[in-house]
Amino acid sequence: MAAPDRPQDKRNAIEAKGIVKEFGQGASALRALDNVSISIRENEFFTLLGPSGCGKTTLLRMIAGFEYPTEGAILLHGEDIASLPPFRRPINTVFQSYALFPHLSVWDNIAFGLQMLGRPRAEIDARVATMLKLVRMEELAKRRTDQISGGQAQRVALARALAPSPKVLLLDEPLSALDYKLRKEMQIELKRMQHETGITFVFVTHDQEEALTMSDRIAVMSKGRVLQVGSPWDIYDKPADRFVADFIGETNFLAASVIGFSEGLVRVRLSSGAEIAATLAEGARPGGDVTVVVRPEHARAVKEGGHLSGTVENVVYFGTDTHIHIRIPGGETFTVRQQNARAQSCGFAIGDAVGIDIAADAAQVLRD
Amino acid sequence: MASRFDVRSQPGFGTVAMFTFVLLYLPIATLVAYAFNASESVTVWGGFSLRWFVEASQNAAVQDAAWRSFVIALSAATMATIAATMAAIATTRTAPYPGLSAKYAFINLPLMVPEIVTAVALLIVFSRVKVWTGYSGLGYLVVAHTAFCIPFAYLPIRARLEGMDASLERAAADLYATPWMAFRRVTLPLLRPGIIAGFMLAFVISLDDVVITEFVKSGGQDTLPTYMLGQIRRAVTPEVNAIATAFLALSILIVTAFFFINRKKS
Amino acid sequence: MASAAENAQRHHREEIRRRWMLSAPALLIILVAATGPLLVMLAYSFMAKGDYGDVKFGQFSLDGWFSVLFQRDMFDDTVTLADAHLSILWRSLRLSLITTLATLALGFPTAYFIATRPRHTREIWVFLVTIPFWTNLLIRTFAMQQVIRNEGILNNALRALGVIDEPLPIMYTDWAILFGMVYVYLPLMVLPLYASMEKLDFRLIEAGYDLYAGRLAVLRRIIIPLVKPGIVAGSILVFIPSLGAYVIPRVLGGGKNMMLGNLIELQFGSGRNWPLGAAISITLMALVMVALLVYVRNAAKSGAQHG
Repeated sequence: MAAPDRPQDKRNAIEAKGIVKEFGQGASALRALDNVSISIRENEFFTLLGPSGCGKTTLLRMIAGFEYPTEGAILLHGEDIASLPPFRRPINTVFQSYALFPHLSVWDNIAFGLQMLGRPRAEIDARVATMLKLVRMEELAKRRTDQISGGQAQRVALARALAPSPKVLLLDEPLSALDYKLRKEMQIELKRMQHETGITFVFVTHDQEEALTMSDRIAVMSKGRVLQVGSPWDIYDKPADRFVADFIGETNFLAASVIGFSEGLVRVRLSSGAEIAATLAEGARPGGDVTVVVRPEHARAVKEGGHLSGTVENVVYFGTDTHIHIRIPGGETFTVRQQNARAQSCGFAIGDAVGIDIAADAAQVLRD
Repeated sequence: MASRFDVRSQPGFGTVAMFTFVLLYLPIATLVAYAFNASESVTVWGGFSLRWFVEASQNAAVQDAAWRSFVIALSAATMATIAATMAAIATTRTAPYPGLSAKYAFINLPLMVPEIVTAVALLIVFSRVKVWTGYSGLGYLVVAHTAFCIPFAYLPIRARLEGMDASLERAAADLYATPWMAFRRVTLPLLRPGIIAGFMLAFVISLDDVVITEFVKSGGQDTLPTYMLGQIRRAVTPEVNAIATAFLALSILIVTAFFFINRKKS
Repeated sequence: MASAAENAQRHHREEIRRRWMLSAPALLIILVAATGPLLVMLAYSFMAKGDYGDVKFGQFSLDGWFSVLFQRDMFDDTVTLADAHLSILWRSLRLSLITTLATLALGFPTAYFIATRPRHTREIWVFLVTIPFWTNLLIRTFAMQQVIRNEGILNNALRALGVIDEPLPIMYTDWAILFGMVYVYLPLMVLPLYASMEKLDFRLIEAGYDLYAGRLAVLRRIIIPLVKPGIVAGSILVFIPSLGAYVIPRVLGGGKNMMLGNLIELQFGSGRNWPLGAAISITLMALVMVALLVYVRNAAKSGAQHG
């Protein structure tokens, strides 16, 4: 199932092939990246998502040229760039702490890359002006970078990295230092700039919500491995394994056994005996005992019937919706999320016996 | 009844502190006062006069020693600052590598050895080298001063480097700056306050040195401090006070400048 | 994919080589004009002394080290302890220790006084301590000489007050050396003490008073233990240069009241016994290293307590 938004035959901007990175030597060596292979397409907003220590930043630094792979190759438009130092790679970075030069003005920061490339003065002036406009910082061009706010610094860092028109822009958790409201604004800004410039963005974050809202495609990483690559829709609705399902959004895990196939789907029997159809994650074992995931919003609590039954353990009101935690036989908890109607409670109280109705096509069998 | 209990105060501490400050400044004040004494004596006050400053400044031996002190301090501080800057870059912001801590100890070693010990060790070696080479110029003093100035210049430069965000140079490299350009356009400008502080420390330390200079110098190579040392052993006239006062004024000037540069930085 | 691994290795090696090249000038200068000569001196301490100074090159002898503590009678070859050397060693240790205690007694209240000033005036007090610290040691020694000499202001003042009739002969005594060292090294005690007192959390002192401690108990049970790293650092910073003092005893102590530094000079000058001078120098260095080791061990211990 291909991502619907990009044609398949697009050229790859970045390819990482069998990357291994070990820090330290011998028995005490720490494996930060373990056989990672990723293809990032041209003009794509690609996100490396994972918890801290998963290797996403190491991979980004490797693309930038600040780390060297222990094994494997990194290709830029098909050419191996492993031996190129950072200053020879047409790739720019927005650093996590922005790394703006404190002794230079906003203007000089943005002009820095172009000056290093030896561009003519007139071109630099024009390009910096364009960049200042793009990030809406025209008025503050003469300011020193220690005299601007965090959000402004973020925009200068972006303009500085975009000014030399890199083939690929790397962004290392660029929004993590901003407060919530500013972060939301910048997410939209970043999307707009990526669209306007047409540059490939490689974005690193540990924030799953940020990844889902901004990316064309996401690579979910954990412990130095890539677990799944796909569109936000793929990642959310069709998680490949337990880690991905758990890391992104809330999920219910159910034990089930496979009983048959029909039209590309598998039929599984739940512990209650009810049978449902489920999609199959890539690489999942299509037989025997499996784990099935169901998102809370894809199930409904019902007074009677349903695929599962249990007792209401807790009802939590969230404004837009209500979460109902239901204890099902076997000791597991199943969460159901229901949209709230105005001036009306969800109709369930703690201790009530309820049924759980799972929507058609909502279940996915995980790879284990 | 209303007397407040001050948790911070300790009885008598203020008095002792005042005594300390009097102790620190009384001798210097005496020395400076007698520099302006009109009489020949450093004990009897004969009225205010600039006589001894004039005499000192016209004394060829003093002129000579002052100039030599300045030349040595300038060359030694310059060389020490350059060497220390390079060494600081080589020993900071890195994962430990073989020899790093040994290097660090080696650079700081001159701080830990008593001056008199270094002085006689240099005497042993340089006296032989002087015989072998026949050269007995200022070079020996400059090299010796450079060596003990290096750790002093190294300290503030290293401190400045360690407080510097390594991602700035990474950002420069990312923006197509070659290592040399990144150094010139980013590292060096940011390091400047540390380098200036290091140079000033080295300059003052070199200017002040008595012991090592006394043992390393060849005949007729007095610096201002060794000249004063020689004078103090003889009959003392307020001329020495005048020289010391001028010297003191210079030191205070440099230290004050140092103090304000450091304060502006933080 | 061995090429990628080789690449990474090569970059690592290049980086280390670059760092060695960068530190080479500093290391070389220090080797030539500090560490190297110390090693040569170590070798000299094991050579026979020359007739007119220097050594008989390459001629092994333990006489230098022997003479540090013993002397052989010229006529009957009997061996006795070198009393002169021992008394100088004893004077050096004793004066250094008293100097350390005296600077601590003056420096502790002073540092505490500065640390309890309002923030903006604190800097000025610290600056006032820093100025003498950076003033030429010889000039300060000379200044002290003018205070304590027979016609100096100390004796004049005491005479004017009627405390004494005749001037106190302080110059060229151990007292003179002691006054000089206390005066010269006092800033070395105050500055580290202040550095640790500045970090003192005065809420802890409030807690002490709250729990019925008196002024003295607060000082003894709370303040002193908390600033102990500063006390140790200051003591070491005063003790070590005191032990190696040369200018102060030379100017204030006259020829008779020597310390180790002057004894060393004597051997290289009129004593014409370079191996002995070298051996005493190494002994002095060893004493300094012991003091430093005590400090490092102490610092590591208190670091472990706080971290």
